Amino acid sequence: MHEMSIAEGILQVLEDQAASQQYEKVKAVWLEIGPLANIDANALTFCFDVVMKGSLAEGAKLTIISLPGVAYCLQCSETVSITQRYDSCSHCGSYQLQVTQGDEMRIKELEVA
Amino acid sequence: MCTVCGCSEGEVKIEGHHHQHEDGHHHHAHDGHAHTHEHSHGHSHTHSLGHGNGHDHNHEHSHVHAEGHNIHFGKGPAHAHVPGLSQSRMIQIEQDILGKNDQYAARNRAAFARDSVLALNLVSSPGSGKTTLLTETIKALDEQFPMAVIEGDQQTANDADRIRETGVPAIQINTGKGCHLDAHMVGHAMENFDNLSGGVLFIENVGNLVCPSAFDLGEAAKVAILSVTEGEDKPLKYPDMFHAAKLMLLNKTDLLPHLDFDLDKCIDYARQVNPDIEIIQISARSGEGMETWLSWLNAHRSKHIRQRLEKLEAEAASLRDLL
Repeated sequence: MHEMSIAEGILQVLEDQAASQQYEKVKAVWLEIGPLANIDANALTFCFDVVMKGSLAEGAKLTIISLPGVAYCLQCSETVSITQRYDSCSHCGSYQLQVTQGDEMRIKELEVA
Repeated sequence: MCTVCGCSEGEVKIEGHHHQHEDGHHHHAHDGHAHTHEHSHGHSHTHSLGHGNGHDHNHEHSHVHAEGHNIHFGKGPAHAHVPGLSQSRMIQIEQDILGKNDQYAARNRAAFARDSVLALNLVSSPGSGKTTLLTETIKALDEQFPMAVIEGDQQTANDADRIRETGVPAIQINTGKGCHLDAHMVGHAMENFDNLSGGVLFIENVGNLVCPSAFDLGEAAKVAILSVTEGEDKPLKYPDMFHAAKLMLLNKTDLLPHLDFDLDKCIDYARQVNPDIEIIQISARSGEGMETWLSWLNAHRSKHIRQRLEKLEAEAASLRDLL
């Protein structure tokens, strides 16, 4: 359900960009999604196809680039990799982590015509 | 994301890239950062990111990084290798998928700040007691300041009716197939309320601990409500929501003696996902913890008004300087 809104959000961006970037068709879309963005890649791929039907991006190929999750530990000042919100610092075990990368949900690139 | 400073608010456009931030923390207009890759269709292309597959790689590559100059975008069919096939191009747009929602949210937030309205986004599972907690809160506040409620549910206006019985204006949003409220819906709902200056707007989101966490409505804070009948590990099961919340209300504490709910564990779990989360134990039925919650509300309402006042005073001062 949530992925459906995300797919609709993508379509909105594609339509908005069509005028300024002067394209009529979107052939491929590359997304960057972090592990903390709350998005299931399989569900999104499914919803993407459904939502793009009948639009300027019908049949477009979707590629999801997953980004690693990175956090800064406020306790020991180390930069550590994380996969979940509730991960602890792999150095000192603290939960005082500031997420610096991993909640991205971005359209990176398009192939258009 | 803005490729100059890394901020995610900006809307990055390629042509005539003009980039401004409304909050004024910085302004930059940069015309550079255009990456257009021309390549004839029918050939694959390999990108540094690793999509595509290794065939011939032929793009007319124009990377322009000139500040304040026009950019040359290679356009036209000149480099198409296969006659009759139209040319595709690659464009990097680097846009947040929820950028549109974030724009509406920013607009709501600006309106809330202008009118000194404290907007709270109440999120929880269905059945956590949000609406009862709200009606009790409204009764306890007894019209000390203007209040309004936006009710989000998939169907029915039952919740809005319950709020209206207290005398406070309420608008029901039925999301239909949707699982969350978005900033656009909230903006429209706001049109139905009279002046809420100095008051509180409660936005009761759709009962769902997953989706509403991703949609900023322009609120000052998310308040997560968790009832003790639900199980203490909910913060771990739905970490995004508890991470996004500023305050957690542990509701229905009057039932604790009848349950195996491990209160300390629940609080530990919540702090594990969000070390800064504030927690208030409350029972809408018995009234326990109600006072703490009301003083939290009042403190944040005052803070909100004070911030507005400071801003206006600073503006007034700068105007006075012009005389």
